[in-house]
Amino acid sequence: MKHIISLLMENEAGALSRVAGLFSARAYNIESLTVAPTEDATLSRMTIVTSGSDEVIEQIIKQLNKLVDVVKVLDLNDGRHIERELMLVKVKATGPFREEMKRISDIFRGRIIDVADGSYTIEVTGSCSKLDAFLEALDKGAILETVRTGASGIGRGDRILKI
Amino acid sequence: MDDRSPQTTHQISGAEIVIRCLQEEKVKFVFGYPGGAVLHIYDEIFKQDAFKHILVRHEQAAVHAADAFARATGEVGVALVTSGPGATNAVTGIATAYMDSIPLVVISGQVPTPAIGMDAFQEVDMVGITRPCVKHNFLIKDVKDIAPTLKKAFYIAATGRPGPVVVDIPKDITAHFTKFEYPATVEMRSYTPIMKGHSGQIKKALKLLLEAKRPMIYTGGGLVLGDASAELVKLARALGYPVTNTLMGLGGYPATDNQFVGMLGMHGTYEANMAMQNCDVLLAVGARFDDRVIGNPGHFYSKDRSIIHIDVDPSSISKRVKIDVPIVGHVQSVLSEMNDLLIAETRKPDAESIKSWWQQIDLWREKKSLVYKNDSQIIKPQYVVEKLWEVTKGEAYVTSDVGQHQMWAAQYYKFDKPRRWINSGGLGTMGVGLPYAMGCQLADPDAMVACITGEGSIQMNIQELSTCHQFRLPIKVILLNNRYLGMVRQWQEFFYENRYSESYMDSLPDFVKLAESYGHIGMNIEKSADVEGALKEAFDMKDRFVFMNFITDQKENVFPMVPNGKGLSEMILAGDE
Repeated sequence: MKHIISLLMENEAGALSRVAGLFSARAYNIESLTVAPTEDATLSRMTIVTSGSDEVIEQIIKQLNKLVDVVKVLDLNDGRHIERELMLVKVKATGPFREEMKRISDIFRGRIIDVADGSYTIEVTGSCSKLDAFLEALDKGAILETVRTGASGIGRGDRILKI
Repeated sequence: MDDRSPQTTHQISGAEIVIRCLQEEKVKFVFGYPGGAVLHIYDEIFKQDAFKHILVRHEQAAVHAADAFARATGEVGVALVTSGPGATNAVTGIATAYMDSIPLVVISGQVPTPAIGMDAFQEVDMVGITRPCVKHNFLIKDVKDIAPTLKKAFYIAATGRPGPVVVDIPKDITAHFTKFEYPATVEMRSYTPIMKGHSGQIKKALKLLLEAKRPMIYTGGGLVLGDASAELVKLARALGYPVTNTLMGLGGYPATDNQFVGMLGMHGTYEANMAMQNCDVLLAVGARFDDRVIGNPGHFYSKDRSIIHIDVDPSSISKRVKIDVPIVGHVQSVLSEMNDLLIAETRKPDAESIKSWWQQIDLWREKKSLVYKNDSQIIKPQYVVEKLWEVTKGEAYVTSDVGQHQMWAAQYYKFDKPRRWINSGGLGTMGVGLPYAMGCQLADPDAMVACITGEGSIQMNIQELSTCHQFRLPIKVILLNNRYLGMVRQWQEFFYENRYSESYMDSLPDFVKLAESYGHIGMNIEKSADVEGALKEAFDMKDRFVFMNFITDQKENVFPMVPNGKGLSEMILAGDE
C-alpha cells in the first residue's frame, strides 16, 4: 500500500543522502522524495512517498527514526491528511490543440504559465492521482515534457508535525 | 578573525584539540597508522603521554584492535587513520564493528578543505563510503567544531545501541587555531536513546513467563554489550528456566551452569535448537533473530509460541519475527526491573510443567550432539579447543577468526564470563583474530589471550605479528591447520558433491619459521598426545608470543548443522554423515 511519510531532520550536509541511502541499502521502494528547509532554518522537512506491506512500512519508520539526523517521523496515512504535488507540463498548442489544451487545463484547474507559438506550459497542482489523471486526459502525442515535484503532505486539523 | 595562527595564548591548534578531546574522554589506547593528512595530529601525539599509540601494520587491523578493546572493556575503542587508502583500509574494520554494534570512534584524515572534490592525492569521500556501515559520521569543516563533534561522536558511539562513528578531519582544519573548550554534556534533539522499559510491558512479560509451560530464555550480543549478565543470571536462576546464548552472546550466561543448554543456531546444540523450536514462551534479550540463529523464519513460525523481546533498538523488534510483547529499553534496566517484580511476586512458575519440560530437554541432551570421535594420532580440532579450555581453566580471552575453527571455539570453549569471547559474528570477517587478540591483551595485560584461527584467516592479517612483537604482546595463536578453507570445504562436501573449488590451500608458509622471523616462538604440533603438553608449555611462557601450528584432521566437519534455509529442528548431526 502507498504511504506518505513526513519527517523533520537536521538541516545539515549529508542528511538527505542518509535517508536516500537507507532506502537503497534496505531495498525499500521510493516513489518520490521532496525536501526543503522549514520556517526554522535548522530543520528540513521531507516527504517520502513509498509503498510496502505493513511490516515493511513499520521497519521503514523505525529505520528512519534510528538515523541520528532525523528528529521526528510521521506516517501521514495513520490519520487524515492532505497531499499536494506540483506538475509543469509542456504541451503542443498548434491548430486544434490550442483550444483543446486550454479546455482540459481549465477542467483540472491548471494554469497556463507560459505561451509560445507552438506550445503551452501548464501548471497543475493536486494529489498525485489527480496529476496522473490529467496526463491521461491529454493526447499522448501532445505532451512535450513533464516535470513533477513529488508529493508534499500535511496532517489535517490539529495533527501537527513539530518539535 | 584569522584562525590560522594563535591570536592569544589560549588558542591551540586543531591537532592539539583532537589530542585534548581524547584525553578528556580518558582514552587509553589509540590504534593507528600515520600518513600525510594526519601528520599534524601525529606531531601532537609525539608530544603527549596521556594515551598510548599502537602502531599497527595495516589500518584494517587498527580498527579491529580498537574494536576488540571495546568488546573486552566496554569502553569506546579509538582508531586513527590517514585519508584515502588509510581510510578505505579501515572500512572493513568499521563494517565489522557496525554489524556487531561495537562502540568505536574512528578519526580519519582528509585532504585540506580547498582540495576536497578536486580528486586530490589520497582523497576519498570517507563520509560517503562509510555511511551505510556507521552509526553516524561527521566531516569537520571548522576548527571550532572539533571539540563539540568529538564529544558527540563518543556519546553517539557509546549510548543506545552502540556502534562506530567516523569523524573525518581535513588537514588544514588541524592546523587552524582556536580556544579549546570541551563540552560537559551533549544535548541532541534528534538523538535520545531510550533507557527505561515500559513498566506495563514488563509486567505483562513477567506474567507470560510465570504462566509458561515450556519456557526458554535466548540472549544475544546485546546482553553482553549492555552489561546485563548478572541481572540475567539472577532472573534465570529465580525462574529455573533453560538458557541459550547466540554466538555473539556467549558468556552472557555461564556455560558450565546446568541451566545452560549451549549455543543455538546453525551450529548450535541439538537441545538448544529443539528447545527454541518447541518452547511456548520465549524471552529474547538483546538478540535479533538473525538468519544464522533461527534459520528459516517460516519453519520457526510453524510452532505457536509467545515471544517477549527486550532490546534497546526499536528496529530490532519485529524485524524478522513478529513479537508479542516488545520491551524497548536498556537490557540492564529492564532485567533489573523484572527481578524486582519477581521478588515481590506471589505467583510461582508451574513446577510440574517446568519439571516435565526439563525432562524433555534432558532427553534431547542425551543425543550428545557435540560428541566427536577422538583419534589417538590425528589431532581433532575440537580436542584442541577442549584442552585449551582445561589448560586456561576457562579464564582466557578467546578471539577467533571466521570459519570452522570459530564454530569449534564457540562450541567447545565454555565461557563463564561475558566479554571473554571476541569474534566477528555479524559480518563474519576473516582476519580479525590476531588484531582482536592485540586489543584484548592491551585491555588486560596480565590475562591469557588465545587467538583460535585457521590457516586461511590468519594470513589475512598476518602482518600484525610485527605489531605484537613491537608491543611485546604475549598472545598465544592456536592455529587449527587443516590445509583447507574448512567451512567452504564443508559446504562443498554437503551441497556441491565434493567439488572442492579453490578451497584447498597449497604452498602454506612454514608457520614456525614465520613466527620466528618476527621474533616470536613457533611450535608445530602434529599428534594428539602432544596437544595438552604443548598448550601448557606455551601458556607457561607468560611473556612470550607463541604461534602454535596444530596440524589437524583435514576432513573434520562442524556438527550439528542446520543447512541454509532449513528450520531449527532440521539439523544434520555427526552420526548422520
